[in-house]
Amino acid sequence: MTAATAEVDELLSAVADPTRRRVLDLLLDREVATATALAGELPVTRQAVAKQLAVLNRAGLVEGTRRGREVRYAIRPQRLGAATRSLAQVAAEWDSRLSAIKRIAESVALDKQEEETT
Amino acid sequence: MVAHRIEREILIEAPLEVVWAVVTEPEHISGWFSQSVDIDLTPGGALALHWDRHGTRHGRVERVEPPHFFSFRWVVRPDEDVTEDNSTLVEFTLKAEGKSTRLKVVETGFPDRESFEDHSRGWDRELAELEEYVK
Repeated sequence: MTAATAEVDELLSAVADPTRRRVLDLLLDREVATATALAGELPVTRQAVAKQLAVLNRAGLVEGTRRGREVRYAIRPQRLGAATRSLAQVAAEWDSRLSAIKRIAESVALDKQEEETT
Repeated sequence: MVAHRIEREILIEAPLEVVWAVVTEPEHISGWFSQSVDIDLTPGGALALHWDRHGTRHGRVERVEPPHFFSFRWVVRPDEDVTEDNSTLVEFTLKAEGKSTRLKVVETGFPDRESFEDHSRGWDRELAELEEYVK
């Protein structure tokens, strides 16, 4: 497997979990937030949020900066853009497969029509 | 909203039965998907999509409801056996619109491997270090 697909894989895996997607959504909205602040807006514990932030941090989607006793997290827009593009790439593959299905089905239908009229 | 689901559709000027055949029959699948395919078109049936360059992606047929609904799981990485943790779900829905057919595809469930990724990543790192060491 190439490095490019391994990266796509890692990014898609990072956004696979609903809590992580909620964390990303909140961070997109707030720009900067601590695990405590994020937990205040989600039906999960601070520890659970901290765990998901660690996963997102490992995937490079967020970065933390220590401020006194707390760590403030922010989105890394370039990496999130890459994750979004990975999904767009998968979507584009489906578009080309659907176009191919259309091409084949329409030619099969045309052949059948001609058979019936001759 | 951060996306995790893909949904695409297309309008095809062909009857439902023809589109169903193109979506599900091996001789047609090799025209729009993999180079060749082995498929057992029954729920739970095995699916194997072959590419000369990318290897084989295994899968499992989930639901077969001709001529309106067909779904399967397929692995994200080549040459792995299919499980819930390493595959995505692809669902085709076909709907007649006059003499045409609207075909929709939804792909969901991009696997969250974080639970066991920690272990495999640890091993990858150790193997890489070992490789460096023996060079």
